[in-house]
Amino acid sequence: MAKAQVEEIRGIISRHKRWDYVFGVLGLLSLMLGVLVLLALFIQLFIEGLPRFTAEFFTSFPSRRAEQAGILSAWVGTLLVMLVTALAAIPVGVGAGIYLEEYAPKNWLTAVIEINVTNLAGVPSIVYGLLALGLFVYAFGLGQSILAAGLTLALLILPVVIVATREAIRAVPGSIREAAYALGATKFQTVLHHVLPYSTGGILTGVIIGLSRAIGETAPIITIGALTFIAFLPAPPVTAEFPFLSFQWLLDPFTVMPIQMFNWTSRPEEAFLHNAAAAGVVLLAMTLAMNGVAIWLRSRFRSRIKW
Amino acid sequence: MNNHKPMYARRRGQLLRERAIESALFLAALSSVLTTFAIAGVLIYESVPFFRHVPILDFLTDTQWTPLFDNAHYGIMPLVAGTLVTTLTALFVAIPLGTIIAIYLSEFAPHRLREIVKPFLELLGAVPTVVFGYFALIFVTPLLQKIMPDLPGFNMLSAGLVMGIMIIPYVSSVSEDAMRAVPMHIREGSYAMGATRFQTAVRVVVPSAFSGIAAAYILGISRAVGETMIVAIAAGMQPNLTWNPLEPAATITAYIVQVALGDLPHGSVGYQTIFAAGLTLMLMTLGFNIAGFALKKRIREAY
Repeated sequence: MAKAQVEEIRGIISRHKRWDYVFGVLGLLSLMLGVLVLLALFIQLFIEGLPRFTAEFFTSFPSRRAEQAGILSAWVGTLLVMLVTALAAIPVGVGAGIYLEEYAPKNWLTAVIEINVTNLAGVPSIVYGLLALGLFVYAFGLGQSILAAGLTLALLILPVVIVATREAIRAVPGSIREAAYALGATKFQTVLHHVLPYSTGGILTGVIIGLSRAIGETAPIITIGALTFIAFLPAPPVTAEFPFLSFQWLLDPFTVMPIQMFNWTSRPEEAFLHNAAAAGVVLLAMTLAMNGVAIWLRSRFRSRIKW
Repeated sequence: MNNHKPMYARRRGQLLRERAIESALFLAALSSVLTTFAIAGVLIYESVPFFRHVPILDFLTDTQWTPLFDNAHYGIMPLVAGTLVTTLTALFVAIPLGTIIAIYLSEFAPHRLREIVKPFLELLGAVPTVVFGYFALIFVTPLLQKIMPDLPGFNMLSAGLVMGIMIIPYVSSVSEDAMRAVPMHIREGSYAMGATRFQTAVRVVVPSAFSGIAAAYILGISRAVGETMIVAIAAGMQPNLTWNPLEPAATITAYIVQVALGDLPHGSVGYQTIFAAGLTLMLMTLGFNIAGFALKKRIREAY
């Protein structure tokens, strides 16, 4: 081959390779942009919200005066709504996941259920709010209560819990089930004593991710007509008299963290924006902590179980 | 040998219990179907009084949406336009960035970088949307106003841009999965022909994974169409028939929020309109989701 020809081929190769380099830089820049926006968001919230971080902020009710306003009713409301959501979504979601993986026959009904779960995951959250407004608030007469909000968010995260449960169960090898059957265990005994314990990590991860999504959901809760200004707490769940437990709080009006933040964001006075930022920091901290726990759980269970 | 009977009885009890448990689990699984029916049922049932009052033709062709004014107009077009403009703005950000990130993570990035970066991307999708809305209003809009001094405080551009950043992880993770599902030997074939990494990625891997990537785009679209808080906070809540992203306008979702924030007596006009708006929204996302599902199914059968 003539020397000129070799040079020419080398030129072509290096020209083409330059694109590899250019794209590598482009990819890194795109990633950086995403991470930078995330950073800007964190820093902005912290700087704006920092002056409002006092103990009183967590122990005061919202107020017309920005300096005295706090998030007491909001975080208590969030906690109680999440409790209802978890209690409703975990049994139904895990049950549905177990059914679809372990019991479901291969027929059209199963196919319909599966398509449905996929489809529900794509329904906008505000539509769940409309469903709850028509069904829970008016048809069932629950009103704008903690119970109605908790059930709404439970429906919203159900697909997340179902999909996580199915994936976790699918990862348990068939040999474990066969061993249990060989010893005479029934189907449910096999599931309860063998399949579920091995898939707890995956299921828990999915539940926490679902709840962390629910905690930040604003639109469906606004849609069911939750009030934005609540200066009292729901009835306490524990009472001094027999039977010591009260469920009145389930039907009480409430507000939650994201609604409190939205309310402060939409006020014209600048002082309230600091409150909004501080509430945003608390909300972000809750979400991130839950996601962190989920990631930690996933890696822990993944490294502990080796088939 | 004479404890036969109690054993049979025990077995029968066990069988009954197994049946009961299976039925309970089946009901749990059925709840998802019931939810779908309930959504469709409630939206249609509550919209019927509205459409009895407003002809569908007016609903689709009137250019004003002022249901709560004395001179009421019921044209959904301004809300649909607002939804489409914010969605398109978001896609303008999310599709290029999401695709580049997906190609980079799947074909270029070293394993360790991917492991470090992916949780950050997931985080971007986990931030509550109300926080993104605040960020758009307080940080992005003033930033844009430095470049465009005439930009109003509420505008669809800032809301759309932030929404685009928010849906990057949805687009990138599904596209990346689709690209990683492309078998290695296809890449090796391309390298053997002397193609570079970039040529392989763009001319071989992306076309092979195309239906999965398209499904990711559709997922992103339906997220953007249904997104509520960012637009409600940053784009304003006034219905405004415009295709200009620099103007404020309400989306379908922002309208629902605005009405729900006020007093909402059961059966009032405001109450009926949000269900009609919700039905429109649902039909829009349903169309996208069905298309996405069909595409996803096709990718599974590809190899």
